[in-house]
Amino acid sequence: MKGSVAIERSPAHARGAPVPPAVIRAASVLVGLIAWEVYGRVLNLSIFTYPSKIGAAFVAVVKSGELQFYLGSSIVVLSLGLLLAILVGIPLGVLIARRATVEYAIDPYINALYATPTVALIPVIVLWLGFQTKAKVFLVFLFCVFPILINTYQGVKNTDRRLVEVARSFCSREWSLWRDLILPSSVPFILAGIRLAIGRGLVGMVVAEFYTSISGLGYMIVQYANTFRTDRLFVPIVVLMVMGVGLTSLLRNLENRIAPWLKTTLGE
Amino acid sequence: MPAAKIVIDNVSKSFQQGTMSALASCSLEVHPNEFLCLIGPSGCGKTTLLRIIDGLVAADAGRVLIAGAKVSAPRHDVAMVFQHFGLFPWKTVYDNIAYGLRVHGRPEGDVRVSVPQYIELVGLRGFEHSYPYQLSGGMQQRVGLARALAVDPTVLLMDEPFGSLDAQTRELMQEELLRLWRIQRKTLVFVTHSIDEAILLGDRVALMSRRPGSVKEIIVVEFPRPRDPEAVRSSPRYHELRHYIWDRLRAEVGGG
Repeated sequence: MKGSVAIERSPAHARGAPVPPAVIRAASVLVGLIAWEVYGRVLNLSIFTYPSKIGAAFVAVVKSGELQFYLGSSIVVLSLGLLLAILVGIPLGVLIARRATVEYAIDPYINALYATPTVALIPVIVLWLGFQTKAKVFLVFLFCVFPILINTYQGVKNTDRRLVEVARSFCSREWSLWRDLILPSSVPFILAGIRLAIGRGLVGMVVAEFYTSISGLGYMIVQYANTFRTDRLFVPIVVLMVMGVGLTSLLRNLENRIAPWLKTTLGE
Repeated sequence: MPAAKIVIDNVSKSFQQGTMSALASCSLEVHPNEFLCLIGPSGCGKTTLLRIIDGLVAADAGRVLIAGAKVSAPRHDVAMVFQHFGLFPWKTVYDNIAYGLRVHGRPEGDVRVSVPQYIELVGLRGFEHSYPYQLSGGMQQRVGLARALAVDPTVLLMDEPFGSLDAQTRELMQEELLRLWRIQRKTLVFVTHSIDEAILLGDRVALMSRRPGSVKEIIVVEFPRPRDPEAVRSSPRYHELRHYIWDRLRAEVGGG
């Protein structure tokens, strides 16, 4: 949020830093890009590339419709996997937070799966589910579900006990306790979980596309790397970067809007 | 609404599998429409007693009667004001004050009539749509007070409600409470650790012993009402009472 950043930074301002942070950031990126461009042009190697070449490649890839096609298939995989993770993660998180028996029964699986590098499971998943969208969606789901589940669990568990007592003092029944207290106080945690899940989901998506190599941004990367088209290779990478930054800040924005009383960012 | 009498009859309570005794055979009667202040050394079980009266915690032994009925769970006609305010951070001032009414299942029409009256009563007009984090501590507790009063309880329980406020706000809130209680007579049990507050506000002050707590002595505060805090504080009788209560408390704190 612009507002909160401004407030955080104001003491530095008072100490006599006249340049706004946004200007410093922009200048830093610009210097980096120029340095890269100059170095690339001087080096002039076929497997190296620089910003203006990438820009031209971007236009070419968009004109041919290639980027839209692969981006589309990546977005489908990411959205379906994330949706599935939300649909499974939130109810399961709530359930294990409220029922100790379920918690004890399920937590060995969660701990084991969460601790296992998900990448190690890819061959098994491909073996069982094939190379198609199904396998990729399942992989993204595996990457996404744990942060959502764990954050939901934390959110429900972190419900202020003092407020639970307030609710009980006003004779609140169980269902209104959920409506008035537990759900609203968990929402920021859940959103933070989804934000973390998107970051992991992007990783899952690309790795799945590397491995299954049929379509998607990951496939584009592999394809252009194999043919030494470095300028085109960077196009999907930049798109992934923009997706990561964009989606994460969208969620952060939503968190700040939904829970303005929480000054700190949860889940990190 | 008829006034309610509270009878606390030999209440005992311990925690941690009985190893920590908080209250031991504590007995007390609170008269209908009385303003009773409960004071005692820290950790003497004042808050525990209040929570037992509210039905939040069950006593191990003994019983609490409100208007002749044994308390076993929170009741609609008893409301509590908390030291930590206990406001819902995601609800506006309006929705926080409406909370009790809604949870009691009152029709939304009643809520729309009632809530603005209580917003007016505690002086929060113009802040209906603010969130608690946008308010000062004193204003937050006004919301807490309005929320409790809005359900029109016969018994109002207040657990060190002004304990976390700064000295000036605290004095303002004391005056405010005296004014509100004059308009809205309730049987009021007010837990405090401030002797000044207890004398200024209470009809009687119940002095508790150190843990395990029980009511050791009851002091009648005979200042006429309506009380002017300045006049009360400057009267010789106030200083006598203050001195007396402090002596008795010191004996408890010092382990004498």
